[in-house]
Amino acid sequence: MAQARTQHVEPNYMNIFWALAVLTVIEIAVTYIPAHKLAIGTMLVILAASKAALVALYFMHLKFERPTLGIIALTPIILCVFLILMLLPDLTAKDRLNAAPPSPPAEVTTPAH
Amino acid sequence: MNETAAVLHPEIEPAESPLTPESWGKLGMWIFLAGDAMSFGGLLAGYGALRASSPNWPNPMNVLGIQLTAFMTFLLICSSVTMVLGLSGARHGDLAKFRKFILLTILGGTVFLLLQAYEWTHLTHEGMTISGNPWGSSLFGTTFFIITGFHGCHVFGGVLYLSCVLLSGLNGRFLGENANVVEIAGLYWHFVDLVWILVFTFVYLL
Repeated sequence: MAQARTQHVEPNYMNIFWALAVLTVIEIAVTYIPAHKLAIGTMLVILAASKAALVALYFMHLKFERPTLGIIALTPIILCVFLILMLLPDLTAKDRLNAAPPSPPAEVTTPAH
Repeated sequence: MNETAAVLHPEIEPAESPLTPESWGKLGMWIFLAGDAMSFGGLLAGYGALRASSPNWPNPMNVLGIQLTAFMTFLLICSSVTMVLGLSGARHGDLAKFRKFILLTILGGTVFLLLQAYEWTHLTHEGMTISGNPWGSSLFGTTFFIITGFHGCHVFGGVLYLSCVLLSGLNGRFLGENANVVEIAGLYWHFVDLVWILVFTFVYLL
């Protein structure tokens, strides 16, 4: 059983290398496209994620390991997604606070006594 | 007893079968890398939050040298390839191949560090420090040096780690069945490459 899992066919590493090199060139080319910042950002994130996936699946052999090891590898990604979701309300709250200041000082000028 | 259980329930694996049949060290490295990934994830998420809430964030493309860092990215990808080739040499009992490609991997990491030192020197001469820069939000310099510095420390650690593996493996101790020591070192090295792919995208290109 263990033998069967370890003695898999080695992937063609040069193909992975060329894929990574080409994706890097595409990433740099994408930054020169005169498109909306959000569109470029989305493309860059997708390209970076596919490069990272190639490294993890083939160079780190995750594709040929047991699925449970893949779950261990996925936990930081899941937690980071939660982290980003938890940070989002803070960012919008900052916008509200930045917009708020002009009104409160006017009310403070009338003391109780 | 065990044999009867195996015959009755052939789909159940024996309790001793670990996640990584080759060695426990490999599982240990994966768990360490998962923790380390959360460190980088935290740093990058913090970077994103600070950048999103700073109105005067400089455009990294105009300020940081993209050509040099693109070459550094390429260099780390190359060193990942030499790493897998070195591991392949160790697996197949080819000592010369193992030595040649692990040495090339160490060389790639060292050149990466030298280029990063050159880049940092260049940027500090332009007035960019961890507490301020001439182009905008001071947090730009803070996050840049913390994230690339944390990654650079990992590369330095990887160069030391691989040097130890190479030196203790010169006599052929890690060939064939014992190649999992090289494989575990390789996992760390590929992880450092993987993180740089993300750092390059988020800190330099976005």
